[in-house]
Order: sequence, then structure tokens, then C-alpha cells
Amino acid sequence: MKNFSRKQFLKTAAGAALVMATRVFSTPLHAADKFFREPPWKRKKPYWGFAVDITKCIGCGRCADACKTENEVPREAFYFRTWVERYIIRRNGEVNVDSPNGGMDPFLPPHDPETVTKSFFVPKLCGHCENSPCEQVCPVGATFKTEDGVVLVDRKYCIGCRYCIQACPYGCRYFHPVLHVADKCTLCYHRIKKGLNTACVEVCPTGARMFGDLSDPKSAITKFYETETTNVLKASMGTEPKLLYKGLDKEVR
Amino acid sequence: MDMSLIESLRNALPLVSGFIYPNELELQWSILIVLYPYITGLVAGAFVLASLERVFNVKAIKPIYRLSLLVALAFLLVATLPLNLHLGHPERGISILMTPHTSSAMAMFGFVYLWYLMVVLLMEVWLDYRKQIVEWSRSETFWPKRIFYKVLTLGVDNISPRSLAIDEKLGKILTVVGLPSALLLHGYVGFIFGSLKANPWWSSPLMPIIFIFSAMASGIAAVMLIYMFLCWARDVVIDMPCLDTIGKFLLTAIIVAFSLEMLESLQTAYEAEEHFDIITLLVEGKLLVSMMLIQIMLGSLTPMFLLGLTQVVELPEKVRKVFYMLSGSLALIGIFAMRWNVVIGGQFFSKSLRGFTTYKMHLVGREGLFSAIIVELLPLVILAVLLYLLPPWEKESHSKSPTTAA
Repeated sequence: MKNFSRKQFLKTAAGAALVMATRVFSTPLHAADKFFREPPWKRKKPYWGFAVDITKCIGCGRCADACKTENEVPREAFYFRTWVERYIIRRNGEVNVDSPNGGMDPFLPPHDPETVTKSFFVPKLCGHCENSPCEQVCPVGATFKTEDGVVLVDRKYCIGCRYCIQACPYGCRYFHPVLHVADKCTLCYHRIKKGLNTACVEVCPTGARMFGDLSDPKSAITKFYETETTNVLKASMGTEPKLLYKGLDKEVR
Repeated sequence: MDMSLIESLRNALPLVSGFIYPNELELQWSILIVLYPYITGLVAGAFVLASLERVFNVKAIKPIYRLSLLVALAFLLVATLPLNLHLGHPERGISILMTPHTSSAMAMFGFVYLWYLMVVLLMEVWLDYRKQIVEWSRSETFWPKRIFYKVLTLGVDNISPRSLAIDEKLGKILTVVGLPSALLLHGYVGFIFGSLKANPWWSSPLMPIIFIFSAMASGIAAVMLIYMFLCWARDVVIDMPCLDTIGKFLLTAIIVAFSLEMLESLQTAYEAEEHFDIITLLVEGKLLVSMMLIQIMLGSLTPMFLLGLTQVVELPEKVRKVFYMLSGSLALIGIFAMRWNVVIGGQFFSKSLRGFTTYKMHLVGREGLFSAIIVELLPLVILAVLLYLLPPWEKESHSKSPTTAA
């Protein structure tokens, strides 16, 4: 270092700057190329995804009930891995949303029905986001994404700080009152690993819920992804949920 | 199952207004998480005050240099307590240090904390007190105390002028490193909230900066009040130039913190994004008292007015003291309210932006009011012990060590 004079240093720095500048100007910027991202299910098999056809949901709430039974979710009205919301939109722009006991209790008829322009049900569950904020913030890595694209919580490792519950934009997590850890939809991992459907899909009487392997070009869900006009919740968050909705109204958050 | 929790949540159900996601009924972060940024803020603020003397050579505040360090240390020792008390599995808390998840802002806290405690604060206090510790280890007549000091010397009893000069140099370097560390510590706490995109009340790049300046205000106010109290308790005359200088810095910190907060509110209101309606309802409703009245009117504007008066009008010493005491206390209350409004306020509204949940603080229990009060008072008890073991005032009255020459 002794022989590295100030002049030499400046020369080297200038050289480096020149190289970088040339590189910047010589590479044309193709925004489309830059932003193109190959979906992960093109590389990994299987890769699970979920879809909901809002136009088919009748709000029976059997999905929420089956989920609670299958996954031993506490039966109280404030712990859900999946639930159903009802949206009532009125002529004057007013929006009423409700979800009585997560949709497991009957939805009562709306007041002033003549003012209602449209009404629909929206089943909600974890989107197993590609860029899941809950996984990002977990301080110990208890929340993780499996090879096949499912976001899970390691109950033996979670310290119960609840940061992930704060980080989920969709309210899909809760603090388990018995285990004192964060809890959420597992996409019925214990079932799908055996080739079964998730409990909620199994009981849905109208086929509003769909689950399947995105990496399989012949699967029904891949067809749904490829042919239907769909949307995700809070797309601007950049979480890239693997839960797609058909018929998603702008009032749904 | 914790039946009292279930019972209180059942009672909270009818208090929900509008629509919330069903899982949002339970407010996840309680009063303990309000204390966490409050306490770390006091640490950072007290340390910044100490650095003013050491790094920026503000001679007037020399009398409180050591006191500020001890206040910072006392609060820092407690800083992790509310976090750990809050965990669902406190026994697994150590995993944050053992197997940290590198993309998690929270996982870094352990390291920032340990860096600040072990490398900066403990070292700085030790270096600053080293000469006295060696002297006390020789002269102390009460034997347990003598052994304590003996251990505290860490086997180094060289207090030759040359050795002390090295201490002095090292101490200065440490403070220079410590100042950004203190800002990092608290800026980082702001980042824990500011980086959560899911919550529009938190998600803001200004959050860490606001936290840093409000931390300075709270730390300076705390040291000022403790100094005034100690002078009264020890029957010593308050060093008025020192107090006036602290007052000036307090005023500056409050002005900057308040301006940043208002700037952020203005930006939110002007941009009026999707979440603006619910934020407006929040501020006009559930946070009306704790934000508009306590944080802004009492905690910011009143101390700014009082401290501003001491700057523009020549007031007698007695009046100034009263003003300082009032504005210090109000600033501390205001900043506590600010932490409350951030932490609890941010959880009141649903991420569906369509309704509010409620929060009813329990009196007893791990996350109740009483444990919060204990966590809040514990640093003062620790400070009393520190003051007993490492009296910060010995130096001025007994010897002129080169440490003070900075």
C-alpha cells in the first residue's frame, strides 16, 4: 500500500467510474425484460395454488366450519383460518360488510333491500404469498415457505412475538390462545401431502373454491389461472398471493 | 385455554364498530410494547445528551455527563424486559440471538442492543469511572463494596497519568462510535414499525427519524428532571447554566420532533390515499384525547411555549426552574402518549380500513397495567443502585481527573 500514491488512487477511481459509466450507457434499458419474472411453479413441482370464484360463493360458511373442525381451530368467533365476508353495496355508494362468526352464523337479510344494488360473498384465507411479509418479519424463521409454495408456522419454534400478525395485510393470522404461537391456514398440508383436497374445498357445495398444482399444465387450477380474468387482494403491496379471485369487486379489501 | 382472555374478547365483540377482519378483534401488542420504544427512547436520548459534552464539547452540561450515562444504562438494562414479558414463549426468546432470521427487522434488535450495551455504554461508563473504581477498591472500608470495586477494576489498577490519557482517548472514540449507535438503536426501533407496509399508520420512512428526535426529547427531559430531583434530594445548588443549556436542547429536540410529526400528518392528509378516511376517524375519535390533547397540546405545544419563553424573556431563576420542571414532565407524558398513539393507535383500525376494534387494558397479569408500572419504575430503582455504587458527583468534589478535560 505504501507505493499506492494519491495520484494512482485517483487514476484507478476515475478508471472504475469510466467503466461503470460505459456500462450504463451501452446497455439499453428494456423495462419489460427487467420486470418479467418467471412464476416459481414453472421451476418447482408440485407448486400449490388456490383460487376463488366469487360469483359462485353462496355464503353457506361450510368452509369456515370444516376448516375449524379439520384443523382444530378454536371455536370462538375471533379465530379463523378461513372465513366468508358479505358485501352489500347500495345505490348511494354505502358499503356494508359483515361476517357473522366468520360466515358460520346465518347472514341476516339486509335492511332496506330496495336500496341494494349488488351483494356478494368473498371467502378469505391465507394467500400463501410468494413475497410473504409474515415470513419476512419472523425474527426466528419459525414462519417459512415450503418447497411446494405453502407458508407454514413451526409451532415448536415460534416465540409468540406476534410480529407476523401485524405484518399480514389480510388479517389471516391469529394468536393461538392455547399454544401461544401464531397460527394460520396451512392449506391443509397434512391432507394435500396425501393427495387429498383441503377441507374447505372438499365441503364447498358450489365449487367456488379451487385448489391444485400450478406446475401441472393440465390441472384445473392452471386452466383457471390461464383462462379467467382474475385479481389478487391488495395487489399494490407486492406480496404476490397465490390466491386468485374471479369477480373481485373494487370494494373488497 | 386462557378463559379470562376469551371472556374479555367476547365482551369486546359488541364494541367493534364497522367491519374488521374476524382475527383482528384481539389487539396484539399491548401496553408493554408501548413501553419498549419509550424506554429505548429514553436510553438513546440520555446518551445523546452525554455525547453533547464529549463529542461536541458543550462544556456547560459537564455536571450531568456521568448522570446521563448512568440514566442511559439503567433504562437500557430494562429495555428487553417488556419485550420478553410480552412473548407467548419467553423461554424461546433467546432464539432471536441464536438463530436470527436475517430478513427480520426484529431479529436484529438483539444485536443492536448487545452492541450498544456491551461495546458502547458499559465500556464508556467503565472507562470514565476507572480511576475512581481503582481508588475506591483501595480506600473503601465496607468490605463487600471493596470486593465489588476490586472485581470492577477487571484486574487493571494502573492509574498513571499516561494510562489515564489512554482511557480518555478511548472514551472519546467510544462516544464518537456511540452517538451513531444510539441513533441506530432508536432509529431501528422506529424501523420495526415504519417498515410494516401492512399498516398505513406505521408504514413511513419518516418513522425512524421521528422516533430519534422524540427519543432525544424524552431522554433529555428525563435527565433534566432526575438532575433537578437529585440536587434537591442531596441539598445541592442546581448548576443553572447547565440547566439552561439542557432546556435549550430540550426545546430544539421537541421542535424538530413535532415539526416532523406534523409534516408527516400533512403529507398523509394531502396525499389522501385509500386509508385516509379511517385515519381521520381514528384521530378524531379513539385518539382524540391521547393524541390531540395529550401528545400535541400538552406534550408538545405547551413545553415549546414554556421553553420558548425562557429563551426570549429574561425570567428569574425560580420561574425558570418551574418552567423546566413543567415542560420536562409534560414532554415525558407527551412522548409516552406518542408511543401509545403509534403502537396502540395503529392497531385500533382494521386493515380492511372499514372499522375499529377496542383495547381494554387489564390491571393485573403479565401484560397488565401493574406490570407496566413495574417495568417503568424498575429503571429508577436500578439508577438508585448505580448512583449508590458509582456516584457521579464524587469527581467534581474530590479530584480533577483528566477525563473531564474533554
